[in-house]
Amino acid sequence: MVTLTIDGRKLKAEEGQTILQVAEDNNIYIPTLCHNEAVKPYGACRLCLVEITRRGREKLVASCLYEVEDGLEVKTGSDRVVSNRRMLMELLLARCPNNKEIQDLARRLGVEETSFQQDDKQCILCALCVRVCQEVVGVSAISLVNRGVDRQMGTPYYEPSDVCIGCGSCAYVCPVGAIDFKDVGDTRYIKWPSSQMDFKLKKCKTCGGYWIPERQLEYMIEQTGLPPGTFDNCPDCR
Amino acid sequence: MAKKQQTSKRLGSVEALEALRKAILASRDPDKPCVTVCGGTGCHSFGSEGVSDAFKEEIKKNKLDAKVEVKVTGCHGFCEKGPLVVIKPADIFYQKVNLKDVPEIVAETIIKGNIIDRLLYTDPDTGQKITYEPEVPFYKKQKRLVFGNNGLIDPTRIDDYIAVGGYAALGKALSNMSPEGIINEVKKAGLRGRGGGGFPTGDKWQSCRDAEGEKRYVICNCDEGDPGAFMDRSLMEGNPHSVLEGMIIGAYAIGSHEGYIYVRNEYPLAVKNAQTAIEQAEEYGLLGKNILGSGFDFSVRISRGGGAFVCGESTALMASLEGKVGEPRAKYVHTVDKGLWEQPTNLNNVETWANVPLIIGNGADWYAKIGSEGSNGTKIFSLVGKIKNTGLIEVPMGITLREIIYGIGGGIPDGKKFKAVQTGGPSGGCIPESLLDLPVDFDRLDKAGSMMGSGGMIIMDEDSCMVDIAKYFINFLEDESCGKCVPCREGLRRMSQILTDITEGRGKDGDIDLLERLSATLVDSSLCALGSTAPNPVLTTLRYFRDEYEAHIKEKRCPAGVCKALVTYSIDEEKCPGCGLCVKACPVEAITDMGKKKPVVLDQEKCIKCGACYDVCKLGAVIRK
Amino acid sequence: MKAEVKPDKQKIKSILARYQSDPGMLVPILQDVQAEYNYLPREALVLVGQGLEVPLSQVYSVASFFKAFSLKPRGRHLINVCLGTACHVRGAGRVIDEIKRELGIRSGETTEDLKYTLETVNCVGACALGPIVVIDGNYSGQMTGSKVKPLLESYK
Ligand SMILES: Cc1cc2nc3c(=O)[nH]c(=O)nc-3n(C[C@H](O)[C@H](O)[C@H](O)COP(=O)(O)O)c2cc1C
Ligand code: FES
Ligand code: FES
Repeated sequence: MVTLTIDGRKLKAEEGQTILQVAEDNNIYIPTLCHNEAVKPYGACRLCLVEITRRGREKLVASCLYEVEDGLEVKTGSDRVVSNRRMLMELLLARCPNNKEIQDLARRLGVEETSFQQDDKQCILCALCVRVCQEVVGVSAISLVNRGVDRQMGTPYYEPSDVCIGCGSCAYVCPVGAIDFKDVGDTRYIKWPSSQMDFKLKKCKTCGGYWIPERQLEYMIEQTGLPPGTFDNCPDCR
Repeated sequence: MAKKQQTSKRLGSVEALEALRKAILASRDPDKPCVTVCGGTGCHSFGSEGVSDAFKEEIKKNKLDAKVEVKVTGCHGFCEKGPLVVIKPADIFYQKVNLKDVPEIVAETIIKGNIIDRLLYTDPDTGQKITYEPEVPFYKKQKRLVFGNNGLIDPTRIDDYIAVGGYAALGKALSNMSPEGIINEVKKAGLRGRGGGGFPTGDKWQSCRDAEGEKRYVICNCDEGDPGAFMDRSLMEGNPHSVLEGMIIGAYAIGSHEGYIYVRNEYPLAVKNAQTAIEQAEEYGLLGKNILGSGFDFSVRISRGGGAFVCGESTALMASLEGKVGEPRAKYVHTVDKGLWEQPTNLNNVETWANVPLIIGNGADWYAKIGSEGSNGTKIFSLVGKIKNTGLIEVPMGITLREIIYGIGGGIPDGKKFKAVQTGGPSGGCIPESLLDLPVDFDRLDKAGSMMGSGGMIIMDEDSCMVDIAKYFINFLEDESCGKCVPCREGLRRMSQILTDITEGRGKDGDIDLLERLSATLVDSSLCALGSTAPNPVLTTLRYFRDEYEAHIKEKRCPAGVCKALVTYSIDEEKCPGCGLCVKACPVEAITDMGKKKPVVLDQEKCIKCGACYDVCKLGAVIRK
Repeated sequence: MKAEVKPDKQKIKSILARYQSDPGMLVPILQDVQAEYNYLPREALVLVGQGLEVPLSQVYSVASFFKAFSLKPRGRHLINVCLGTACHVRGAGRVIDEIKRELGIRSGETTEDLKYTLETVNCVGACALGPIVVIDGNYSGQMTGSKVKPLLESYK
């Protein structure tokens, strides 16, 4: 057990917890974009910055990564935190001026417009999709491609991937809705910012509704080692 | 066969190493003439390989094989005057040696002992010819502790290194010192990392030794991404064993058995020489199992970087060593606790490692006397840009910028005026003339808003535009940012856009303010030091050369005449004799010859502002404004 | 564009063996592959991924991250213009502008006839001679815009 202060509130926390986890447990809002409990923290969006005092010195740290320690003092809304956050939001807003989630978050953080030339992108490169695909699904069909300002997320060569199972986890975890995902009839369409794929869906034996990509089914059978018939029915009919 | 040889060469003890050293020295006649030809990159590109081959040939032809030795060494530092040839034992110094000069040198200097005046270096201040290497002003004011042996040894021969005392410090460490004792010695010496940050090396070793883990790694950082610095390269190429010796001592102190050298792939000779050095050290039992019979095991592998500046950063380097993309991670958990493969890892720069044998060999007290308060020892700098004597120099820390630039560097060429010196590479800053008496050490460079960095020192004269320099570094970093975190990836792009606008005449009120606000965010919120130090070139140029920014923004004028969009070329009709040189030089036929003795005519519509005419006109008849 | 090279399975295998198929050695392995084929053929990336048991997406990610790697076939002559600081202050910008103009390509591109590929590098350690242009490993120092054309023409 460690004791720390966040915004003047004395709080108790488990060792090994991050500042962000403790804040969330105590209903203290810290904005995040690249964080998701399902995957390891990454520290890329920098929105979760907070100010800590350590050995008498103040500095900004990413709360999604910084583990709490006894006596830690945290400020989530100091002037320095706020001005950095706003500049970060301005930068994101310039990158994705037409993205609804980014617009909403910017407004929530007090940013109405950006000082910079505007692009028209949707993806903020938080890599949640890539990390989920690797760490949770275990498939690694997508990755980050290129470096720096040319960076994108995508499948190798931006072409249909041999290993993607069409599960759609990437679209599900995307914080800004940059990945399109829809089932039409017997086909699932996934559209990433730089490539797209479609997948044949399988019918439920009982209700006849299309419910899962064939590839995903094969993958599940292979992973679980259960007999092929196990997933004949959709969850509703099981 | 090969195996047999290996066992026979192995040195089983420190005594065996000393016996070998004696034997090597006994077999060498110190009075035997030796022609050393610099094979460093600078001299190599001036054609030194042909020169050394010619020497070998010529000496054979004169049947002097047994009496004269030819040695290709690493970089001597004075690259400007290459190819460099030094004839030992007298240290006769010939510069800009040509293939054609070789027979004469052999006939005159080697056989008859005569000096060839034409090939000597002339001191530009006194006009005097200088015969011996140590007397050349460029060398005289240096203190070449780490770099000095470069000119004495053939880097591909371990015996050369042993002959100059190599591996004696390792022998001492293994036989007379405990790991703690070594660490204390390094702490007492006050050695600070030469890779940029100046972190106390002994403390780093201690933390790594104390950290919990199954294994410990030591790594040598030879990624040298600073564009304009090449001392790590020259050390690795010219004296790889000194780096290896430092690593072995460090590994012993830290308790590590596996090491890596991470080299830029753009440095093929450094890769090759490091590989040869490792193999030779293995043969002698200076690497591998039971080193010098001490029971200590240590092996080293080489990994090559793939052209990414960010991979010089410790966590990115380690990610790349694991076969991953070179992305840094947050360092709230230090790499000495969890580094490569999550194990305690100690990373040091090439030059840092090369300082270690000196400290162990000569003792911390000796070392601590060199340099300045808080910055002990020497530092190698690459002195480049608008400076007379370009090259690598090693000086005690605390020396002033003025001594470096004027004393060693010989000042600014072509009678131009000094404007600024950029230190610390892309993370560093520009220092103006008013600070020329600043002593160069870690803390004082920091205070001036720049930093030591890896030791690049780029001199700029009145023809350099400081906004252009800031843009250059920001563009460099934009290109090199890994792209992981928002402030660095998006922020640098915006800074680059703003600076491009300013240099192309689209600057507007508020741009400087926006640059400053962006800078503050990069400094505060970037994930790694690439982003958090990236604004330094902008911040220092704004601090010392704000007027140049304002001239670009308000008057749409580039005072130095560098920013293409803001300059025009024209012909001074008074001065132009119509010689037609510029007409030939112009790649787009924008200049018309109007006949003899008539000034040429420049068509502004066609002009692409490449400056070719300006470069070829020696009469000052092309005006750049 | 030149057709993709079909890499020899055996060759890739022997490169992998050089590094005991250690996934940590992915970067040096790709360097050796590139040294063999002058770029990284697609099929080679697939084979390397299989050999190291690393997902193709990760191999591709690494291959596209490092500047030294090319995913496209390159020209017969590789032109590397040093844009290091020392070369920059001595006018490297004008040299590369002239090369671009002369060849009609941007950096990172290859001429239509597959003769030249233009790339940039940051400091090749010959700052004393800047601006430097390296073609096929040969250094040309003290370059100016007007030396560009004759230099290019000396590479047929
Ligand atoms: C973007 C970036 C690039 C770096 N490049 C290098 C480099 O090329 N060589 C180097 O020795 N250190 C480099 N460093 C510093 C290293 O991270 C590290 O501090 C250093 O190698 C530690 O060695 P030292 O303590 O001996 O200086 C770089 C740091 C950053 C942030
Ligand atoms: S949530 Fe912490 S950096 Fe993105
Ligand atoms: S900057 Fe071009 S060689 Fe160093």
